[in-house]
Amino acid sequence: MSEPKIDGFELKPGFKGMASDTASDQTMFKGVHWGKAMMWIFLLSDTFVFSCFLISYMKGRGSTPVEWPNPSEVFALEAFGVPVPLLLIALMTFVLITSSGTMAIAVKYGYEKNRKMCGWLLLATALGGLTFVGMQAYEWSKLIHEGVRPWENPFGAAQFGSFFFMITGFHGFHVSIGVIFLFIYTYKVFAGHYEKGKKGWFTKLKGDYVEIEILGLYWHFVDLVWVFIFAFFYLW
Amino acid sequence: MENTNNIEKTHKKEEASTHKIGIYLWIWTLLFVLSFFSYMVDWYQFQGMLRWSLILFFMFLKAGLIMAFFMHLFWERYALVNVLLWPMTAIACFIFLMAAEFQYTLFSRLFYFVVGGGA
Repeated sequence: MSEPKIDGFELKPGFKGMASDTASDQTMFKGVHWGKAMMWIFLLSDTFVFSCFLISYMKGRGSTPVEWPNPSEVFALEAFGVPVPLLLIALMTFVLITSSGTMAIAVKYGYEKNRKMCGWLLLATALGGLTFVGMQAYEWSKLIHEGVRPWENPFGAAQFGSFFFMITGFHGFHVSIGVIFLFIYTYKVFAGHYEKGKKGWFTKLKGDYVEIEILGLYWHFVDLVWVFIFAFFYLW
Repeated sequence: MENTNNIEKTHKKEEASTHKIGIYLWIWTLLFVLSFFSYMVDWYQFQGMLRWSLILFFMFLKAGLIMAFFMHLFWERYALVNVLLWPMTAIACFIFLMAAEFQYTLFSRLFYFVVGGGA
């Protein structure tokens, strides 16, 4: 995130900078921690996985002559005896964005070496993620109770269930993995691993608060995918 | 002279990205507001092109804000940003291919349901 400075090499901004960075016979991503570059490349490949899921959903939904279940009725929830469309989904979105915000601020406090604030915000992020997974478990069990299966459902086109379980399931799996790592890093921050210079993941090099930013990239990506699922699966 | 100007500019950028909490709070608020708006699209049951364009508009705005500020791409060098964003054109191509494909599949299904298969 900080602007790198390299002796004997002029870092130009913009596209000229991109050309000279790429052709510099050195590391291409100037000032980017290797772990961060690897996380970005992982996220790029993950983007392709989720894109394939959503594109197959588009193909499946578009090619069936049977009417698609109306998501704002299927995902409605009773509140005080009145069915509110997409209530649970709206709450899930709210929770995930909240946790994304606390994560972004945790990264900021991490770089400022503010151990306590960073740790508490990471804990808040982890709890937000846990809440999200819990709500999704509730959503799944409700729909399974109503008879939604990967091969059939009482609302309309039979393909609905398989796309729903595959896409939200894969996203929920990402959230769960994120929550586990958030708890691990909350521990690492509170235990002061970065002040003591304990070694990081998959490396003998010393750990640093940049790891919090790398974790943050993953967590924001999970939120990013939810933005697309929310738009295409629940609203469309 | 131009060089020192650039250095000053990048220095200012760095301060904005690492030292000010305001930008994160702003983006956070904006994300809440945009999510609320996209929920309202469903609440008021907008239909047709209006619904789809609003959904896409809010979606891309939210995705852009998350990537640019929460994931810090706004402050990264172009070498990284371009490596990440250009592959998205492949996804766009794939979407167009599959959109053509599902229209053909739907057409042939409807056609043979009416006309009947075989001789």
